[in-house]
Amino acid sequence: MIKFDDVSKRYPSGQEALSHVSFQIADGELAFVTGHSGAGKSTLLKLIMQMELPSSGQLIVNGHNLSRLTRSQLPYYRRTIGLVFQDHQLLFDRSVYDNVALPLQIAGYEPREAARRVRAALDKVGLLSKEAQTPLALSTGEQQRVGIARAVVNKPALLLADEPTGNLDPELAAEIMGLFEQFSQVGVSVLIASHDHNLIARMEHRMLRLEQGRLVGDGSKGSKA
Amino acid sequence: MSLRPEPRTRPENRAATVQVPSNSLLAVYSQHQSAAVDSLHRLLNEPLGSAMACLVIGIALALPLALFLFLQNLQSMGGSLDQHGNISVFMHEHNPVELARMQKMLGTRKDVKKVTYTTPDQALQEFEAKSGFGEALATLAENPLPPLFEVQPASDKAEDVKTLVNYLQGLPGVDAVQADIQWLQRLNAMVAVAQKLALLLALLLGLGVMLVIGNTVRLAIANRSAEIVVVKLVGGTDSYVARPFLYTGLWYGVGGGITALVLVALCMWGMSGPVSRLLASYDSGYQLSGVSVSGGFAVLLIAGALGWLGALLSVLRHLRAIEPR
Ligand SMILES: Nc1ncnc2c1ncn2[C@@H]1O[C@H](COP(=O)(O)OP(=O)(O)O)[C@@H](O)[C@H]1O
Ligand SMILES: [Mg+2]
Repeated sequence: MIKFDDVSKRYPSGQEALSHVSFQIADGELAFVTGHSGAGKSTLLKLIMQMELPSSGQLIVNGHNLSRLTRSQLPYYRRTIGLVFQDHQLLFDRSVYDNVALPLQIAGYEPREAARRVRAALDKVGLLSKEAQTPLALSTGEQQRVGIARAVVNKPALLLADEPTGNLDPELAAEIMGLFEQFSQVGVSVLIASHDHNLIARMEHRMLRLEQGRLVGDGSKGSKA
Repeated sequence: MSLRPEPRTRPENRAATVQVPSNSLLAVYSQHQSAAVDSLHRLLNEPLGSAMACLVIGIALALPLALFLFLQNLQSMGGSLDQHGNISVFMHEHNPVELARMQKMLGTRKDVKKVTYTTPDQALQEFEAKSGFGEALATLAENPLPPLFEVQPASDKAEDVKTLVNYLQGLPGVDAVQADIQWLQRLNAMVAVAQKLALLLALLLGLGVMLVIGNTVRLAIANRSAEIVVVKLVGGTDSYVARPFLYTGLWYGVGGGITALVLVALCMWGMSGPVSRLLASYDSGYQLSGVSVSGGFAVLLIAGALGWLGALLSVLRHLRAIEPR
């Protein structure tokens, strides 16, 4: 699903955020990217989203060689990936339903099919009853779950999350991580960036450990790696 | 429903050919509709700001529109005044048979509305009555006045009148032809120059309208940059992102066009009293003409197109710069 081949990223400022990173993630696998703040976790996800371009090396995601991706293909590539932000990035000028429906509206789904999928996604994160509310009226944990519903509503093959539990207390964080595990169990590849080492260690999944842009560890404390 | 991903059988390393789906017509329509409705809602949610923008655009559009209307009215008013100006044809032919034949011939011409014949005797009597020189004239042995045809042209266009004058001048037995059409020709020439100026003004103000709308749309883009980033990250194409802003420009243009039509109608209403008094003093039944229905639609169409174009320029300049980082 994801293949990094000797990928480096140097920002125009001269900061080398990733250096010579190589790894692969299989279809349906769930993995964490860990490391201290500034280690390069967000940069790694941004490269996959094509928000940033690598300075060197090759990236293949879901069969697409990203160096050959044209600007006009980019939106269609991004539709195959669900992205969850730390600060959820919901649009407060519209309802929960409309937030989740956004990717489907963009992809040109028939309104009725879109409605079916939005309700399924909201049901999945347990917020079906709040579809008509504004995201402002929800708690932080609920807002994050709406963000997840929006990320999965298009049934992406790959789900990325950047510090999805960064703003949540441990109980809510565990709940959110549980959701990600469920998606991975139905075949979605999931890659989560997090510096919350305690939480991740308990979950016994594969861990890619970054330190100052270098991949210094790849393994797990459990059986799933 | 399960959230299982759609089956994908893509071998690794295959060339990056991202599928570009062809959206169904219904979906495309629904995208356009929601972009149009949503951008209209946003404008109506800020009535004061939108009204100000429409007023600015409306005034800029109303100026050339009012000028065009003024010139158009001036032109047709000149024509209608000319209907009262007859052509006088003085004859040196005195044979009553010939004169009667000529009167009949002129009367059947298509470009002649009416012919009246005044004999030298009638003319003399009229002259005596009006001038009071009756006794002096009575001493003349012979009546010095020529037979006179007064010809009323069927057309009120200066060129048609001119053609008729030329024709009358070439007729046998005609001594002199008099028609006061020079002032009308001058008026038409001046109107033509003024129309060119009005066109130039319209182009300049149209450009101004585009820039005003472009700037308004630039602000709208800046206000919604966070949303644009999210839309781009979940796969919004450039045209999807641009669409609501293009509709915003369109609505501003149409709103400004409506404002311009209202402003011009108010002007016409305010002017109609004085103008009809002025026209009455010229003994003219001319009625001021305003914007026709098709003209009104043309104004709205042009205004809408200007808005769309202004927004497009703004979108091309500013939208690409907003990328997720
Ligand atoms: N847009 C940018 N321009 C310059 N330097 C950046 C930019 N984004 C991140 N960096 C730098 O790259 C390094 C890695 O950042 P990041 O990927 O955000 O790390 P993490 O998400 O692990 O905290 C940091 O030193 C950061 O300062
Ligand atoms: Mg980060």
